[in-house]
Amino acid sequence: MEFLLNNFTELTITGLVLGSVYALVALGYTLVYGVLQLINFAHSEVFMWGTYGVVWILMMLGVSGSATIGEAAGFLVIALIAAVLLSGGTALLVERVAYRRLVRQKAPTYIILISAIGASFVLSEAMGLREKIVGLFGLQQVLAPYVQNSRNTSIMPLEIKPQRVFEFAGYNVKDTEVLIIVSALIMMLVLDLFIRRTTFGRQIRAVAQDPEAASLMGANSTNVVRLTFLIGGIMAGVAATLYMIKVGATGFNVGFVLGVKAFTAAVLGGIGNLRGALLGGLLLGIAENYASGILGSEWRDVTAFALLVLVLLVRPSGLLGETLGRARA
Amino acid sequence: MTTFVSTITSRVRPAFAAINAKLQPVWDFLGQKAVKVPLATLGVLLLYALPILHLPLINTENSDFSGVLFTVGTYVLVAIGLNIVIGYAGLLDLGYVGFYAVGAYTVGVMTSEHATWPFFLALPLAVVVTMISGVMLGAPTLRVRGDYLAIVTMGFGEIIRIVARNTQWLGGAGGINSIPSPPDIGPEEGLFKIPHLSWEYGYPTLSGRETTFLHFGVLDATPYFWMVLTTIIIVIFADRLIKNSRVGRNWEATREDEDVAELMGVPTFRFKLLAFALGACIGGIAGSMYATRIGFINPPSFPLMLSLLFVAAVVIGGAGNRWGAILGAIIVAYLPERFREFADWRLFVFGIVLIAIVSFRTQGLFPGRAKRKALEAEKEAEMLEEEVENA
Repeated sequence: MEFLLNNFTELTITGLVLGSVYALVALGYTLVYGVLQLINFAHSEVFMWGTYGVVWILMMLGVSGSATIGEAAGFLVIALIAAVLLSGGTALLVERVAYRRLVRQKAPTYIILISAIGASFVLSEAMGLREKIVGLFGLQQVLAPYVQNSRNTSIMPLEIKPQRVFEFAGYNVKDTEVLIIVSALIMMLVLDLFIRRTTFGRQIRAVAQDPEAASLMGANSTNVVRLTFLIGGIMAGVAATLYMIKVGATGFNVGFVLGVKAFTAAVLGGIGNLRGALLGGLLLGIAENYASGILGSEWRDVTAFALLVLVLLVRPSGLLGETLGRARA
Repeated sequence: MTTFVSTITSRVRPAFAAINAKLQPVWDFLGQKAVKVPLATLGVLLLYALPILHLPLINTENSDFSGVLFTVGTYVLVAIGLNIVIGYAGLLDLGYVGFYAVGAYTVGVMTSEHATWPFFLALPLAVVVTMISGVMLGAPTLRVRGDYLAIVTMGFGEIIRIVARNTQWLGGAGGINSIPSPPDIGPEEGLFKIPHLSWEYGYPTLSGRETTFLHFGVLDATPYFWMVLTTIIIVIFADRLIKNSRVGRNWEATREDEDVAELMGVPTFRFKLLAFALGACIGGIAGSMYATRIGFINPPSFPLMLSLLFVAAVVIGGAGNRWGAILGAIIVAYLPERFREFADWRLFVFGIVLIAIVSFRTQGLFPGRAKRKALEAEKEAEMLEEEVENA
């Protein structure tokens, strides 16, 4: 308890940083849920592939050592593009392979959930077995730096050194933290505008509200679903880049825990509600930090699960309510 | 791809139907009670003899065959339990490994960590404890929507693991060591010894290995396999009784349409809770047997992946049909052991198989009889409707 009070500012700010990443990943869950009323179980692996996009592109560019954000800005932008492309591509693949057929057949929810679990297995194991998969084609030698020790943690070749920007209530705020929170907020703002102002956004909202009526009005629901997955993937790619700036390492199994937390964030804010995802993510990040401040860091991961159960019991529709369709026009 | 598969099925299905029609007298003959009971008995005896026969082809060369059979047995037990939850009551439980862990930890605590009870005394306690934990998990969560339930149960599975890791009373991260084997049954030197066979030259010879009857040692897994097999048989009988009773029908009604079932006077929540508790206690039995066989448990022994593998077993085999679930469990547990060189690929392959099965054969490989009939009836109704429209 004393620890919490003494480090209140630090815990709050690092919580917000973590929460921003959760919020961006939560968007993927919330969008797909809003449109299809399905939990995209494989979304966490989409995020994980994005983190590898960052690692691989930096390896490809031959970058190494450590740098501040300003020095590495160019590389970070390239890494961001790579992560977004890889995550977006993976998300489209998930939609095509695990969802489209079953959604069209109107299969029961739990069947589609199992299909998504299968996709999640395949994506995470494909990453964990990439050395062997590449080996099937005799390419281990060529691709060695990218695939060796595929079951171990991969370190980002470029280490980002955080720099102190200003002091706030006794805590030195670092530029990485500012960058992460601000970029997450900007992404949320852009997405919110996109959903509210553009034709695509209107189509997404229409399909979320009533798929049949929407298709009668000329919205191609297959395209809309694909677009939804793509946007979720892009957001996951941004989240992956920010995550790598903060954490600097990834592994084939990082997706799962982060995915559950992001899902919790989405439910907490009201699944299907974009602003809810942001609120839920930030709240969860802070709550986790406070809880580990009080109980010790070994209880950190329990917080998210306990909070999830609590929210579902007390207020199943989340803090802000759960509609994408009724999002203010 | 889709058309390719459907052309294959459209060609294969009539061929199978023709073969089936020709075999009808055989099925009728086998269906008679006077034939069925002795045959089933023979089959069960064969199962009991499996670990000492070491039959070629199914024997595992690289790992102890009895040990593999024991593992398969625990998976089968788990699949039967999970089939009650997923197949009968239609609740997708992704945290089943939690109950498995509760069972294992109960045995660990009572036989090694804090007391020295014999295993056969700890086992009933484990059943009670897992049942209580099932009710405790079910009571709050079974009210949430179906797809949320999956995530919430998954969260609980993780909570149980993390709590075990952080609680010193449960051995913390180090886990519980030296869990004793079950006490031997019979006199000190054993009732009798059973020799193992070897098929090295293509015909059976005595391999020199012997199993002491009902002595639970560390080296020989055969008695453990017998123990788990006996449990499976008992559980199957209980499962049959309950499936064919009012309870089973209520589960089915709840699964098919909860609102209608409630209107018809089925207290759906209570029956869902019952399914949860029963499933949990079977998972707990499997976990306790695992603990006493391995002798050492720690939190990483119960990863979330195990939950997902259990679900894979039930879904691959065909949720709702106990034989399908059993077969699924055998596939999930046995094939990776038999083909050790591919063991690394296990989850990868299961992922692909899961997607393929739900896409092309939604009911699993062996759907339950009721479900099969329902599908046929649906098809018939569609055809009739078309006829009416055409007329």
